[in-house]
Amino acid sequence: MLKMLKGVRVPHRKNTYLSVPKEMPPPKSVTLLCSMHIGKPAVPIVKIGDSVRVGQLIAEQNGFISSPVHASISGTVKKIDNVLISSGAYVPAVTIESDGLMEKHESVTPPVINTKEDFIAAVKASGIVGLGGAGFPTYVKLDAKEGVDTLIINGAECEPYITSDSVTLLSKGEDIVEAIGLMKNFIGIKKVIIGIEKNKKEAIENMKKLTAGDDDITVKVLPSSYPQGAEKVLIYNTTGKIVPAGKLPADVGCIVCNCTTAAEIAEYIKTGMPLVKKCVTVDGGAVKEPKNLIVPIGTSLADVFEFCGGFSEESEKILYGGPMMGISVPSADAPVLKNTNAILAFGNAESTAPKTTACIHCGRCVNHCPIGLVPTEIEKAYTAGSGEQLEKLQVNLCMECGCCSYICPAKRPLVQTNKLAKATLRDYIAKKQAKAKEESGK
Amino acid sequence: MNKLKVSVSPHIHSGVTTQKIMLDVIIALLPAAVAGCLIFGARSLLVILTSVAAAVLAELLFCLACKREITIYDLSAVVSGLILALSLPVTMPLWQVAVGAVFAIIIVKCIFGGIGQNFANPAVTARVFMIIAFSKTVAATATPKGVDAVSSATPLVILEGTAKGELPSIIDMLLGKRAGAIGETCVVALVIGGLYLMIKRVISWHTPVAFIASTFIFILIFTGDPKTALYHTLLGGLFIGAIFMATDYSTTPTNTMGKVVFGIGAGFITSVIRIWGSLPEGVSYAILLMNILTPYIEKLTRKKPLGGDKA
Repeated sequence: MLKMLKGVRVPHRKNTYLSVPKEMPPPKSVTLLCSMHIGKPAVPIVKIGDSVRVGQLIAEQNGFISSPVHASISGTVKKIDNVLISSGAYVPAVTIESDGLMEKHESVTPPVINTKEDFIAAVKASGIVGLGGAGFPTYVKLDAKEGVDTLIINGAECEPYITSDSVTLLSKGEDIVEAIGLMKNFIGIKKVIIGIEKNKKEAIENMKKLTAGDDDITVKVLPSSYPQGAEKVLIYNTTGKIVPAGKLPADVGCIVCNCTTAAEIAEYIKTGMPLVKKCVTVDGGAVKEPKNLIVPIGTSLADVFEFCGGFSEESEKILYGGPMMGISVPSADAPVLKNTNAILAFGNAESTAPKTTACIHCGRCVNHCPIGLVPTEIEKAYTAGSGEQLEKLQVNLCMECGCCSYICPAKRPLVQTNKLAKATLRDYIAKKQAKAKEESGK
Repeated sequence: MNKLKVSVSPHIHSGVTTQKIMLDVIIALLPAAVAGCLIFGARSLLVILTSVAAAVLAELLFCLACKREITIYDLSAVVSGLILALSLPVTMPLWQVAVGAVFAIIIVKCIFGGIGQNFANPAVTARVFMIIAFSKTVAATATPKGVDAVSSATPLVILEGTAKGELPSIIDMLLGKRAGAIGETCVVALVIGGLYLMIKRVISWHTPVAFIASTFIFILIFTGDPKTALYHTLLGGLFIGAIFMATDYSTTPTNTMGKVVFGIGAGFITSVIRIWGSLPEGVSYAILLMNILTPYIEKLTRKKPLGGDKA
């Protein structure tokens, strides 16, 4: 029996579990960011005044790691400008005003797939990115090197509140199995593990039932602990393999694919409709009617909340994603992105930051770090500005899951410090390398 | 639209606070305190209250004098005062108790920067200070109320062979009907408190188990007599030390391996002092010495992170 990695027990708050997602009617307008993925932003190819239809390509992929963007509603292009996104960058955004018809574009036809190249090209054209939250272009991941034979379907969904993956496991299980079949056929996958946390009994049963005939596929029931769905943790807990620092899952023969991403791939292959809508969990203390919704990508968060009956109290914090790793947005006008799996709104009590007190050296952060880092020491080294110490403490391995900050009785901003410490370490290493270069040049 | 708060994740917190942890430690110490009052009489309560009051007041005055944030609400001063009182005999003059508590808070904790910054356990260090400063009163033995004073010596002194007397029965020792400090004698009450802390996940079992088991084993090796080893394990301040002092956060290792090393080291030093040292008791010194070694233990037992190199 493999020893599972540690983590923290976070409250589940899966209020919307088993809530069948409703299709949200098209909003008046959508704003499609050209950067809803990791990599270079896509380049808009439409002009103001163009009329577009659902599924039409409106921004082209730009470079190797990038992803195209498609219109999520039919209507007229109203605005193309640069907007500030949560990462702090300005990216092009296309605003489409709805004509209310939701007409399908003629390019939406099922792709023909005979070879691996066809399959990769189809996934590339679909605009699908990692829907678990990371937003890494899926085609890059699937175009893996030789020796990758294990596919891990990530259905852990360890963040509180979020249930959009569970909904997929329940309602689109067939699609997931189909996507697994495609990957087995085209990219040399031999072994498939579907990892699901044990608090999703119905989802586990459904996937077990659907994969019963196939010996290559196992459904692995994982403990409900955070961060079960983090890539490195999931790989370790399902296969026992350790991804070395700076390496990718492919280097240990694995591909990790979120279950919703897999379902979307199958959907695209079947219908040819690119990624234009997303199942989103709408929840949080300030939301009147928490529910799962299928939302056209680009819909403003304000519209989505409005559709859920608005707020029960004044919302003071709005998040993309779960409360452990989610990103807080400065305004509810922000749009739903491709990789948005939940939007949460919190009132005053839940959004007030707790007061930080002195570290009591209790070791909770040390004992709960899934990677086995020492956040107390990292904090000291960062405060002292010691790149050398940070290198020894290997802060670069931190995946920023936030367990340390969550569990800290003194409520110290530990993961936040780790993020800053990573930058200090990068500077230190860059300086060290420059110095070494200079010396060897002499 | 109103202005939204923007912050870095995580956006929720477990709700554990320093105050709640300290409150749990206080709750865990209550059985031993109550047992002490029952065994040694009402004056025990007076000693406890004096120690706690002096500790809290000392911290309050220090914070005021240094214009620091008042930290008494984290309850750590209460814990230090309580543990110190429980490791003193009931006959201790109250002014000496107060001096000890003030020493623990000011000298050992506050001037090193307050909670979490001290390298030595305040209660343990204060007790060692008191052994030196008030050697007569600390060594004075109080016999349990209602039990015939068979001997004025503590069982440990009897075991050492420097004083004559009859050893209490094992049952009496578990219940605490023996001479000793207020809170150290009732093993049952201490274990109940320890289990409470383990269930509440305030402490892990590693340090106490390693400390107690290694003391038993080392004394067994040194003397070859299981009965002596058993008495040594149940006597003196081993249980209160292993459960409440060797698990102090600031002054002991954070990782599991380090905790085991700390426990075994403390058990070894305790055994050596008890068997060959000129002192009858070694728990306080053992913990204090291991406190000093803690940063090194921590460094040497640091484990390899997932996917990383050996630290």
